[in-house]
Amino acid sequence: MATPDLVMYEEEYQQIKDTLQRLQVDSNAKIVFLVDKNGQQIATHGDMKGVDATSLASLTAGNVAATDGLAKLIGEKEFSILFHEGEKDNIHISLVAQRVILVVIFDEKSSLGLVRLRVKKASQELERTFEQLLKKAEADRGNMANRFDSPFAEITDEDIDSLFSE
Amino acid sequence: MTFINYAAREINCKIVYYGPGLCGKTTNLQWIYDKTNPQAKGKLISLATETDRTLFFDFLPLDLGTVRGFKTRFHLYTVPGQVFYDASRKLILKGVDGVIFVADSQEARMEANVESLANLEKNLKEQGYDLKNVPYALQFNKRDLPTALPAEEMYRQLNVKGEPTFEAIAMNGTGVFDTLKAVAKLVLNELKKK
Repeated sequence: MATPDLVMYEEEYQQIKDTLQRLQVDSNAKIVFLVDKNGQQIATHGDMKGVDATSLASLTAGNVAATDGLAKLIGEKEFSILFHEGEKDNIHISLVAQRVILVVIFDEKSSLGLVRLRVKKASQELERTFEQLLKKAEADRGNMANRFDSPFAEITDEDIDSLFSE
Repeated sequence: MTFINYAAREINCKIVYYGPGLCGKTTNLQWIYDKTNPQAKGKLISLATETDRTLFFDFLPLDLGTVRGFKTRFHLYTVPGQVFYDASRKLILKGVDGVIFVADSQEARMEANVESLANLEKNLKEQGYDLKNVPYALQFNKRDLPTALPAEEMYRQLNVKGEPTFEAIAMNGTGVFDTLKAVAKLVLNELKKK
C-alpha cells in the first residue's frame, strides 16, 4: 500500500475534538470540520444541522486535490490555504501536517483575519496530535501481539455476506 | 487507504469505478443509489457537465452495516472516463482501497477498454500501487447490446490476474451489486491481513 491506513484512537480523537471545539469558539465560526485528504470525515464541531457532512468532506477533499494539482502545474509545492467567499457564509480551508484538511465555515459574526489567526494556533495543536497518532499506529503495527487483537483478523465470509443480505 | 476509527468504531473504505468514457460507471452508481434503502446511503453527488458527462467525479457514501462491532462504510467514486481528464482521474485514485473496471462490451469500444485499463495501471503505479495487489473486479457492461463481443473474447483481452469478472447491464441493474459485493469482500479480506 502506498500510504499506511489512518487509524484513530480514543485519546487522540478526544484531543482533536477539544481542539476543534476551542477553534470554533475562539474564531466565532459556525462549523469547524476535519477531513482526511482522501475525503474521509474525521471530526466536526458546531451546528451541523442541515449540512450533509459526508458530501462536504468528499467535495472538500476533491477541491483540495484539484488545487494541489494546479499548484504542481505551476511549480508550487502546495497552496496551503483556500478561501471561498459567499454572500453570507464563507469557507476557509487549510492543510494540516500535509495529511488532513481543516475546514472552517463562518459568517459575518467573524472575520477572515480572526479565522486565519485561530486556525494557525489550532493547526499547531492538531499537528502534534497527528504526530502522536502516527507514532502510536506505527508502534501498533510493529507489535505482533497486537495483530491478534485486531477486530478484523476474525472477519469471516459469513460476516461479509451478511452485510449484503437485505 | 482504509480509515479505521476506533473511537467512533467505524471503518471507511474507498472504491473507485474506472473505465472508458460512456461505459456506464455513473449508471452503476445510479442503480446502487436507487436500490439501497434511504437510511443506508448518503446523497449521490455528480460533478458533471451540462450533457451529463462526468467532469470530476460522482460520489456515493454507502453504509453496509456492522462487522465485528465496526460500522462499515464504503465511499464509491467514479472517475471521468474521457481521455483528456487524466489529471482528475489521478486525483481520485488517491487512497483507493478497491477498484472496479467497467468495460464497454461493444466491439467498437474494445480499443477504448484496453487503453483505459493501461491508463489505470499507469496511474495506480504513479500512486505507488500495483494493480496486481489492489482488490479488483472486472465488469463487462452492456451485455444486452447486439454488438457486444463474446465474454470469453473480452476476458482474454482484459483479464489482469484472474480477478472476479461479471457480466452486467447497468441500466437494469444486472450484475451491478454482484460486482460491488465482490470488491467489498476483497477489501474487507485485505483488512484481515493487516
